[in-house]
Amino acid sequence: MDHSLEATTVDTAKELGLLPEEFDKIKEILGRTPNFNELSIYSVMWSEHCSYKNSIVWLKTLPKDGPHMLVKAGEENAGLVDIGEGLACAFKIESHNHPSALEPYQGAATGVGGINRDIFTMGARPIAQLNSLRFGKADSERTKWLLKGVTKGIGDYGNSFGIPTVGGEVYFDPCYEQNPLVNAFSAGILHTEKDKMISAKSGGPGNPVFIIGSYTGKDGIAGAAFASKDLTEASADDIPSVQVGDPFQEKKLLEATMELAQTGAIVGMQDMGAAGITCSTSEMSAAAGLGMEIHLDKVPTRQDDMQPWEILLSESQERMLAVIEKGREAEVLAIFDKWDLPCAEIGHVIDEDRLSYYWHGELYAETPADPLVLGGGAPVYYREHKEPAYYQEYKAFDINSIEVPEDLQAVAKQLMGHPNIASKRFVYEQYDSMVGTVNMSTNRPTDAAVVNLKDTNRALAMTVDCNARYVHADPKQGAMIAVAEAARNIVVSGGIPSAITNCLNFGNPYNPEVYWQFVNAIKGMGEACEKFQTPVTGGNVSFYNQTVLKDKTEPVFPTPTIGMIGIIEDKKYITPMGFAEKGDLIYMIGENRNDISSSQYLVEVHGVNASSTPFFSLEEEYANQEQIKMLIRKGLLASAHDVSEGGLFVALMESAMAGNLGFDITSDSAIRRDAYLFGESQSRVVVSVNPDNEDAFIDLMMLNGVEFDLLGHVTKGSIRIDDIDWGHVDEYKSIYDNSLGEIMTK
Amino acid sequence: MSIILRTFVPQISIMKIGVVVFPGSNCDQDMIYTLRSMNHEVIELWHKDTDLQGVEMVVLPGGFSYGDYLRSGAIARFSPIMEQVIEFANKGGYVLGVCNGFQVLCESGLLPGTLQHNLSHTFICKNVYLKPSSKTAAISADLDENKAYTIPVAHGEGNYYADAETLAELKANDQIIFRYCDANAAVTEAANFNGALDNIAGVCNAGKNVFGMMPHPERAADPNLGNTDGAELFKSLFNNLAVQA
Repeated sequence: MDHSLEATTVDTAKELGLLPEEFDKIKEILGRTPNFNELSIYSVMWSEHCSYKNSIVWLKTLPKDGPHMLVKAGEENAGLVDIGEGLACAFKIESHNHPSALEPYQGAATGVGGINRDIFTMGARPIAQLNSLRFGKADSERTKWLLKGVTKGIGDYGNSFGIPTVGGEVYFDPCYEQNPLVNAFSAGILHTEKDKMISAKSGGPGNPVFIIGSYTGKDGIAGAAFASKDLTEASADDIPSVQVGDPFQEKKLLEATMELAQTGAIVGMQDMGAAGITCSTSEMSAAAGLGMEIHLDKVPTRQDDMQPWEILLSESQERMLAVIEKGREAEVLAIFDKWDLPCAEIGHVIDEDRLSYYWHGELYAETPADPLVLGGGAPVYYREHKEPAYYQEYKAFDINSIEVPEDLQAVAKQLMGHPNIASKRFVYEQYDSMVGTVNMSTNRPTDAAVVNLKDTNRALAMTVDCNARYVHADPKQGAMIAVAEAARNIVVSGGIPSAITNCLNFGNPYNPEVYWQFVNAIKGMGEACEKFQTPVTGGNVSFYNQTVLKDKTEPVFPTPTIGMIGIIEDKKYITPMGFAEKGDLIYMIGENRNDISSSQYLVEVHGVNASSTPFFSLEEEYANQEQIKMLIRKGLLASAHDVSEGGLFVALMESAMAGNLGFDITSDSAIRRDAYLFGESQSRVVVSVNPDNEDAFIDLMMLNGVEFDLLGHVTKGSIRIDDIDWGHVDEYKSIYDNSLGEIMTK
Repeated sequence: MSIILRTFVPQISIMKIGVVVFPGSNCDQDMIYTLRSMNHEVIELWHKDTDLQGVEMVVLPGGFSYGDYLRSGAIARFSPIMEQVIEFANKGGYVLGVCNGFQVLCESGLLPGTLQHNLSHTFICKNVYLKPSSKTAAISADLDENKAYTIPVAHGEGNYYADAETLAELKANDQIIFRYCDANAAVTEAANFNGALDNIAGVCNAGKNVFGMMPHPERAADPNLGNTDGAELFKSLFNNLAVQA
C-alpha cells in the first residue's frame, strides 16, 4: 500500500509544522486519524500564510466598507472599487519576502506573477504595478546581490508580462540585512457594463472543474508552510520551496482568461498561489458551501513521477482553477488551444461539503472544505502582546541633546546621496514603466504615480508608502503616518483617496513584543483609514520576517506597507511635483516644527536611532489635505510635493530637479536650522504658485485657517538660503541621480 | 490689406494597416490605439494566420514574442504570418518593426544587422533623444535633423551591430533612420546608452519600404502623456508613404 494512505502520528504533524492541539482538532473534524495526504492538506491550509490564524482577530477591526466598494475585503481575490465612468479597479499588494531572501531573482519574479494573477483572475486587466522593497545596508555585498537579483526578477517578469511598473519605494536599513522585503502591488481595470467580474466561488453541482495554464511540477512544494516559519541559517535547504516563474505563460494565461471571461461560461475561478490545487479547490468550495471530486491523475504534470501529494501541494506558477458551466467545455478548450496553453478537466462540483481527491480511481484524501479555510474551521489565535522596553526610551529623546552641525551644506549633500533619499533610477530604469501608454508621470513627475484611464476624463493615482523607522519608533503613530503619507501623495497629485490594500510585514507573532507592534500598527492604521474614508480592501500578512542567528534573533522593523489608490475626476487636476517657472512663489502648507525625531538626518548624521516618531496630528493632516484638494480644484497650484524623508530641503530640491529650476528661500529663525531644513515633522506640502494667482491663493488660505508660510521663489537654477549661495541645482542633481548606481556597481 | 498665410498641410491618407500579434507581444494594443487615433483602419493579424487580408502596411509591435527565450525575435520569424510578411515586404510592401518587431525583422533578414544585449547587460527603460538621419526614408524624411526627438526605449537587447561592409552600405544608401543623441541633437558617445554601433537606433532596407527601430514612437503620441514627438515620426511616415505609393 502507498505509505501516504497510512494513518499519521503527531510526530508527522509536527514535522509538517502543525501543533499537537491542531492535530487533535483535525482528528476531531475527520472523525479518524488523517493519512499523510490529508495531513499535508491541513498543514498548508492552516499555515499562517493561508489561514491568517494569528492575525485575523485584529485584521477584522479594520474598516472594510466605503461608498465606492463593490467587493469588500476577503470576499474575492482582491477588493473592487468603483472609480466612475463605468470603471472599477481591482488592486492588491502581496509579499514575497522569504523566497526572495533565498533566491532573489525567482522569488521576486514569482511575486509579480502572483499578484497579477490575483487581479486578472477576477476578470480585471492589470494596468499598472508598483513595488515596495526593503534591503539591508546598501553597500553590503549581500544587499547588492539581493537588490540586483530582485530588480532583475521584477523587471524580467513584469517587462515580459507587459504591465508597466509605474512607481514604488526602496529603503535600506540594517534590520533587513538577512530578510529583505519584496512587496508587489498590481491594479487592474474592469468595465462594469461590458465585463463580468469573475467570482472566486464554485457553483452548480455537476459543473466540470478545469485546471488551466502551466503544467504542474515539483517546484514550490509547500511554499506556504515555508513562508510561515522563521528564516534561519538552515533556510537555504528550503530552496526547492521557491517557485520558478514563466512570464510568457502568464501573458498567454492573461489573454486566454480575458477571452474566457467574455464567453460568460465561467462560474468561478481562482488563481493558484500558495498551496496550489489544495487551496484553490478548498477555498472555492467553501465559499459556495459545496464540494468537489478531483482526479489528481488528470492534472497535466511536468514530471512523470509526481506523487499525488506533490500534485496537491505544488505551487507551480501560472495556473488557475476554473469551474465552467456544464455543456460549454468546448468553448473553453478552443480558447486554450488558440493560446497553446494546457487545459484539463480534473473533476466536478458536488452538492455537499466534501473534497475528495482521487489517484487513478483510488481515494487518496478526503475532508470537508469548510474546516480548512479562513472564516470556516481554520484555527484562530489570540496572541499575547507586551510593550517593548525601547518604546519609552525612544519617547525620551530630546532634540537639545543634539548639536546643530556647522556645515549644513555638507549635510545637505550627504543626505541627497543617501540611498534612502537619492534617486532610485538604478532600480526603476530596469522596469518597463511605459508599456501600455498610460503612465502620465513619466514626463510630468507626480508624488503618486498617475495612470491614464484612456477614453475617459479620469485618471487613477496610486502609491505605496511606509516609513518603517517611524512604525518601529511608535507602531500606532507610525502606521497612521504611513496611511496619511499615502493619502497626501494621492491628494497633492490631484486625486481623492479611495481605498487601501496593506502588506503587513512583521517578525515572529509568538514574540509578544513583535505582536505588540502588530496590534498597535493595526490600531493606528484603522484609525487613519476611518479618517480618510479609505477602507482596507485586502492585502496580506507576512510574519516571521527576522533573522535568527546563533546568538540572537533580530526582527525587521514592523513594516505595514500601504498601497493606496485615488481617483482623479478630471485630468486637469493632475498637479506635478516639479516647479513650473522661474519667479513662481514657493509656499509651505502646514507647519514647520522644531523636530528632528526619526529623521534620516538624525540617524545618518548623528548616528542616533533612539527617537520617537516625528510630530503628527491626524486632524491637522486631514485639514491640510482638504485644503490642498480645494487649491488644486481652483487651479491655483503650479506644483505640489510633500515633505518626507530628508525634510524640507530635500522636498524643495526634488521640486527643483523635476522642473530643472532652483529656489531662493528664507528660513524661520524661530526653528533650529537643522530641524527647519532636514526635520521630518508631518503634514507639510511645498507648493509653488504663479504670481498672478497669489491673491486668490492667499484668500483661500486665509478662509480656512490652515497654517502656511511664504518660503521664497523659484529661480533659474541657483540655490539660495537666507541670502547665502548654496550652489546650483545641477551639483545636487548629479549626486542625487548617480549615488545609488555608484554604490551598487562598486 | 490682410495677408493670409497658407501653410501647406500634407494630405495624410487613411491606410489599412495590419498589426501582427505574436503570443508574447505586449505593445500591440498601444500601437493599435495610436494608429486608430490617427484614423487609420487597423486589423490584428494573428501569428497563426496565413492571410494579410489586403493590408497596405504591416506593423510588428514590441514585446517578447514567444517569450524571447531563445534570442529576441528568433522564433517569431518562423511563424506562419511572417512567411506572408516576408513575401509582402519583398514585393515592396511597407513594414514597420518597433523594438521586438525590429528584432524580428533583423532575424528574418528583412533588415540588415542584429541586436545584441545592451552593454550594461540590463534592461533599460527611459526617454532618450533621437536624431533623424535619413532624408530619403519616409519615417524620418520630414523631420528636423537638428532637433533631438524625445522617444522612450525599453529593451534588454537593443545594441545594434552590423559588420563594416554592411555599415558602409547603410551609410551609402542613407538607410540609417535614427541615431541616439544628446538634448542638442549631437551624436555623442555619452548618449549611446546601449552601445549601438555608430549610435544607430533604427535602419531601413535598401528599398526604403521596411523600417525598424528600437525606440517606441507609439509611446510618445498621446498628448495625455505629455510628449508627442513620436506622432511626428508617424506623420512623416504616412505623409511620405502616400506620396510614394
